[in-house]
Amino acid sequence: MNSPTSTLLYLDGVTVSFDGFRALNSLSLLIEPGEMRAIIGPNGAGKTTMMDVVTGKTRPESGDVVFDNAHDLTRLDETEIAALGIGRKFQKPTVFDSHTVFDNLGLALKSDRRARAALWHRQTAEERHCIDDILRTVRLSAVRDRLAGSLSHGQKQWLEIGMLLAQDPKLLLIDEPAAGMTDAETRQTAELLKEIQREHTVVVVEHDMSFVRDLNVKVTCLHEGAVLAEGTIDQVSANERVVEVYLGR
Amino acid sequence: MRAGSHILIRSLDRGAAVFLIAVGAIAIVVPLLNLALPNSSFIHVSTYLVTLLGKYACYAILALSIDLIWGYCGILSLGHGAFFALGGYAMGMYLMRQIGSRGVYADPILPDFMVFLNWKELPVYWYGFQHFPYAALMIVAVPGVLAFVFGWFAFRSRVSGVYLSIITQALTYALMLGFFRNNFGFGGNNGLTDFKDILGFDVRSEATRDALFVVSCLALMLGFLVCRVIVGSKLGKVLVAIRDAEARTRFLGYRVESYKLFVFTLSACMAGIAGALYVPQVGIINPSEFAPGNSIEAVIWVAVGGRGTLAGAALGAVLVNYAKTTFTSGMLAPYWLFMLGGLFIGVTLLLPRGIVGTLQHWTAGKRNRASAAAEEGVSELAAAE
Repeated sequence: MNSPTSTLLYLDGVTVSFDGFRALNSLSLLIEPGEMRAIIGPNGAGKTTMMDVVTGKTRPESGDVVFDNAHDLTRLDETEIAALGIGRKFQKPTVFDSHTVFDNLGLALKSDRRARAALWHRQTAEERHCIDDILRTVRLSAVRDRLAGSLSHGQKQWLEIGMLLAQDPKLLLIDEPAAGMTDAETRQTAELLKEIQREHTVVVVEHDMSFVRDLNVKVTCLHEGAVLAEGTIDQVSANERVVEVYLGR
Repeated sequence: MRAGSHILIRSLDRGAAVFLIAVGAIAIVVPLLNLALPNSSFIHVSTYLVTLLGKYACYAILALSIDLIWGYCGILSLGHGAFFALGGYAMGMYLMRQIGSRGVYADPILPDFMVFLNWKELPVYWYGFQHFPYAALMIVAVPGVLAFVFGWFAFRSRVSGVYLSIITQALTYALMLGFFRNNFGFGGNNGLTDFKDILGFDVRSEATRDALFVVSCLALMLGFLVCRVIVGSKLGKVLVAIRDAEARTRFLGYRVESYKLFVFTLSACMAGIAGALYVPQVGIINPSEFAPGNSIEAVIWVAVGGRGTLAGAALGAVLVNYAKTTFTSGMLAPYWLFMLGGLFIGVTLLLPRGIVGTLQHWTAGKRNRASAAAEEGVSELAAAE
């Protein structure tokens, strides 16, 4: 099944160290088009560093990172990688506080990103329609004209996911979407992600095991910068080494 | 054409219209009161006052240019006085070449200071400045190119925040030291002065002073309009996005450094034009215009008026400079800098949004409360369903 032609994201032997600390230690990972993958692991396992490498924020010392069988991501910067169709949600919700919810999505909407195009840009009915659809998907229609800075933590998380949808990327990297959410919000977020997965490939990094269980997808457990176990949530959580890493000896 | 008209319309809200009409009215009324009324009249405006207001208009353009990058894009330049001074020097060079043989040493080509330094010929970089169109081009191009090159390196290496502010201070300080040197070819510490004509008109005549005042007001209006068009466009929204969350903007696929470079260069060109209009009105340009303190003062104008409001920046420039004119000409003169510092601290602590920003916040607050109430109504309805 893992034939190279059907791989959307391919990481092989990726190593990153910070001041001698190996954040990623020869990490290898394959993501197929259309799949949703949950990445778990204890603090410092290298989950966020892995996302930094894929989105161009951090350059690996060695290893290959290939997107869509054609693009070597280690040679590109954040903007170029975003243009290829990789969207990213940060751990801490990051939205444009002084713009309205509607404008936040408008800025994220797929478009010509050059300054000149932005200067002459005129919002079309089609674009407004598209934004309204996303507002419904992320359940923020009622607050569309509010400033993003005035939203609750959970709403900001959803807005940021909505911004990813507006980008219409091929691959979504989502870092801890349920962090700081109530149980009800966490469940809604899991539903939201499942909805998104119908049309996108999604990689979710998460701490919250019940959330991962709700997602019900293939799980990869990282530890000390490398893959420790991979499989369904039940397989992974039954794995002795995973239990050891999570609970300590 | 249609694209042109729609961006003009969306950039003109009521506040912007009020600002443009007010500046336009001042541009018409002040010269009329100066020229049409006899000196004895009660409402006669003296030529001194016309020139003073013209100076304020130039400061207001500089404040606009700072507000565009600081208020909207979060780039705090503490060296914008350098671009102002460079535009001023370009204009000064044109005015020097207009003196011709009427200088003290009556050299038809060389300005007085060059004769005094025993220079035999005009340095190459002074060529062409006798032609106004060339000088006008340089007024915009020299600050623009410097800002482009500086910004290209700074933004590409992702220098931002305090570090960027510090190197802009270094930039203006380095230029000041350079221009103080006689062998730099710009008149050393005396700078350029003793101007006679501009476009064939006597710079010291009443009518020319009035004309310069009107042109300064028009430039202020035009600069304001350009800024409004930019901040009202999607490009303006991207600028605010960069200010709020630069990394997020980058991960959305916007090339942040291009946006910063564009707006920084444009802002420097505006500052250059402001400096060029300032010089014929004050009659001198010297290296002290590059003093780091000047650039910081200009940032204070914007903070007082309200950053991110454009009109507030212009208003702040006028108010602070009016206070400066008032206080530095009386017995309080030695304490002016303390007052300026106190003003900055006071505004930062008590009025962090500045004057216009606070007013806007109040009116927006009223509107928001109304819409929040409406929103609650909607969600209650939804809950009832």
